[in-house]
Amino acid sequence: MKDDLNITPPRWATHLLSWYCKPELLEDLEGDLNEYFQRNVKARGLRKAKLIYVIDVLKFFRLYTIRKPEFVNLLINWIMLSSYIKTSGRTIVRNPLFSMINIVGLAISMSVGLLMIGVLSDTLSYDKFHEHHSRIYRVTSHYEYLNEKDGNFMATSSLRAAREIKETFSIPEEVAILNREFSGDIKAGEKIIPLSGFWANPALFKVFSFELLKGNPATALKDPFSIVLTEKSAKKLFGTEEAIGKAIVFNNDKQYTVTGIIKDLPTFSHIQFDILGSLSTKEIIAKDDKSELAWDNIWNTWVYLLLPKDANLALLKANFDELSKREDPTVKHTHIELALQPLDKIMIGDDLGNQIGPVMGKSSLWIFGALTFVVILSAGFNYTNLSIARSLKRTREVGIRKVIGALKRDVLGQFVVEAVMISLCALTLAFILFLLLKPYFLSIEPSVQKLLVLDLSPSLLLYFIGFAIIVGITAGFFPALFFSRINAVQVLKNVANSTFFRKLTMRKVLIVLQYCISIIFITSTIIAYKQYRHFVAFDLGFKTENILNIYLQGNKADILRKELSELPEVKGISQSVMVTSVGNYWGTQMKYHANPIDSAGVYYNIVDENYIPLHEHKLLAGRNFTAKADSSESEVIVNQQVLKRFNIANQDPAKAIDEIINVDRKDLRIVGVMKDFHYGRANGRNSRTEVVLRYSRKDARLLNVKIQSTDLLATYSKIESIWKKYDAVHPMEAKFYNAQIEEAFAGLKGAVKIAGFLAFLAICIASLGLLGMVVFSTETRLKEISIRKVLGASEGTLLYLLGKGFFLLLAIATCISIPVTILFFEKVAFPELANHAPLSIPEMFLGVLGVLLVALIMIGSQTLKVARTNPAQVLKSE
Amino acid sequence: MKGTNLGEFEELVLLTIATLVSDAYSVAICDDLEKRTGRSVKLGVVHSVLNRLEEKGLAKSKLGEATSARGGKRKRYYAVTNAGKAALLKAKDLRDQYWSVIPEFALKSI
Repeated sequence: MKDDLNITPPRWATHLLSWYCKPELLEDLEGDLNEYFQRNVKARGLRKAKLIYVIDVLKFFRLYTIRKPEFVNLLINWIMLSSYIKTSGRTIVRNPLFSMINIVGLAISMSVGLLMIGVLSDTLSYDKFHEHHSRIYRVTSHYEYLNEKDGNFMATSSLRAAREIKETFSIPEEVAILNREFSGDIKAGEKIIPLSGFWANPALFKVFSFELLKGNPATALKDPFSIVLTEKSAKKLFGTEEAIGKAIVFNNDKQYTVTGIIKDLPTFSHIQFDILGSLSTKEIIAKDDKSELAWDNIWNTWVYLLLPKDANLALLKANFDELSKREDPTVKHTHIELALQPLDKIMIGDDLGNQIGPVMGKSSLWIFGALTFVVILSAGFNYTNLSIARSLKRTREVGIRKVIGALKRDVLGQFVVEAVMISLCALTLAFILFLLLKPYFLSIEPSVQKLLVLDLSPSLLLYFIGFAIIVGITAGFFPALFFSRINAVQVLKNVANSTFFRKLTMRKVLIVLQYCISIIFITSTIIAYKQYRHFVAFDLGFKTENILNIYLQGNKADILRKELSELPEVKGISQSVMVTSVGNYWGTQMKYHANPIDSAGVYYNIVDENYIPLHEHKLLAGRNFTAKADSSESEVIVNQQVLKRFNIANQDPAKAIDEIINVDRKDLRIVGVMKDFHYGRANGRNSRTEVVLRYSRKDARLLNVKIQSTDLLATYSKIESIWKKYDAVHPMEAKFYNAQIEEAFAGLKGAVKIAGFLAFLAICIASLGLLGMVVFSTETRLKEISIRKVLGASEGTLLYLLGKGFFLLLAIATCISIPVTILFFEKVAFPELANHAPLSIPEMFLGVLGVLLVALIMIGSQTLKVARTNPAQVLKSE
Repeated sequence: MKGTNLGEFEELVLLTIATLVSDAYSVAICDDLEKRTGRSVKLGVVHSVLNRLEEKGLAKSKLGEATSARGGKRKRYYAVTNAGKAALLKAKDLRDQYWSVIPEFALKSI
């Protein structure tokens, strides 16, 4: 009976069997299976027999056949684990001060970590509700004029591009188009409600998974003058009535039919709207507007493509480039490059201009993440530092463990377990802090509140616990490594002589690092705050004090103006179309006859004759506008930059008067030249730019009301009551000019708040760590101090003796961190920030002084306590 | 010890062990059961039943001699223990008792 080599059962299956099966059952079982196998080979052929063998092996995986795990080892591990937990618990309780420092420090830093995790999990869950989210891409464009790259990609592209992609490209399955902007007052029956949204094409419902509750997704956005409402807007307009098929009037003009009700959009959708109008409507309304379909009109349209699985993105990009090549000649001096951005990257991707809604942006996530990491690192240092510092008291324990038979990895395990325990304790505290901090964090900036919810969910809690365990392991690893290397013989023989504790370099380095971080944070906060104050109070070249900008929202200026001017507090009223210096730009093209080919962009504002005196703009030559009833535009006031750009009259303001320039295809006569002012935000590089002021009494979008009053609030409410008489639909939208400027710098203010908060945390953590170190080192030197005292040392000398080491560390930290901060601002931050205030060294030192003062109190109080102890009591208990 | 009550299949397996006398190992038991009952009997089931019977103390086993068959693996031979014999008898008695009290006509008509 020789077995052929070929007719053996599959070897791996046999191995599997012998791996899982109990040894006492194995032989018999193996034999049985083998017997069956031989039988099957004869009866059903080799392949089938092998298959049956494998199935049988798998079937025998039963409770009674499985080998029990190496029982003894597991038992020991279990017993030891509980022993570790017990000893760790005892150490925690025995040293309440150190444990508290560790737990509180970790908790503070972890609460920031929890915030970060919350932010990340919120941002990453954006747009995941779309069924095809991984296959949706947005078309972005890069605008280049006269080979001048502005380095900015736009989230928008042109309607022209959208149409070309839809009609000539083969790769995309569907092309959804959203066009700005379908917003205004919607009248349904007697109700008038302002709502906002986009124009959209029918493919929107194919690309995205917006749920249409009523109406047909294929046709809802097809016909002209169709409107789709969200559930919420439908409720606002029609209450509980059926909305489908009803007519609404948009902006007192055209009538639309409601063709669909869309389920309210999830919070985590980067596209938000109240209403959608069919894109075909826009095509009818803007039929005569040639620029609508221009290749370079890339400011108003968002295009989303649904691509097939495994689409060839490189080929699509090549198609885009071809399209650009074809279309570029239709516009002068312009090159537009199209690119793709995955939907999943919109929230966390590159910072594009012209977003459809607020996004988180890669850079802010990275900055916040890095800062969080630094704070957690700092708390981790505390743990490492204090654990190693206290090692003196625990080396004996480790020594005995080793003598009894603990291996290196057992000791390592013990201390890691201890660290994890502490970090889990810290997690509970951090979680409470997280709940307390959440509302403050969300209110740091208005856009943050729109973007994030930070709701708790089971998965988020799991992330938190995982995070705590990771922090524990990382923080505990170094001390654990340190302890595991202890030589049992040495520590048990003579603790004091062992050389471990002489090596303090690492601890010192960590303390210096912590203080560097704290000082950098605090000085940066001070500098950033100074910049904020500087920009808010910036001399823009005109006055903004006590000017209330009231948005007309479509109302006629004249009536309101008349009524308002009767208020005694109102000193003057002017009108304009936009507010300068807060980051708004209205641009147009301008030409000068001396150089007819050279047309360039200028920014403008349309004002009335009161605007210049009210804002105290300075005229260098010529005169102000004069009141004029007829609507034709003939006069213009320019600033010095315009004279310089077009070289009008050799830049001489007096001679430039009565020159004719062409603005927005109209020939206008210069009647005045004004001094340059900051049209853009004061921190923009080109904020002092070419500006023309145009005259019109009709086109006003807002009133600038100069108020002189001791009670601004009362005046404001008076104005509001007047507003209500004329417009019952819209609540008054009015803001003081200065407040608007402050708002324009809200981002900077938010940064200051975050930096300040983190600085506070870093200082807290560093101080806690220092406190721990000071307490430890003074306590271990108690005997030495007592002897010195007996021999006649004064309190002062003792203070100096104990404190000098720490003072030195603080001094080193200061010396490192201040140049680093200065370098950072001078080389990295300030080049990005035009017109910034200069660095003020004294104020930086004020921050440093604050940090050092806290440290000094910490050191002083502890050393003083030790210096004042009664030496007799210490020395008695030998 | 778990309960000494015999399940139906357990009883059959135990009876087969008794029938096969000195050749009662798992594969043979399997074959014999298949032959007698006409049902298809899975090795896995028989194995777990044998294991259970041994746990209950109704059967005992010992490894046989190694042979060149079965990939050189030894067979595990089973034998009925005294407790097993008692359990079998008890089950038989119980049945006989029932049979003895069932009136003759009761099952005849079916």
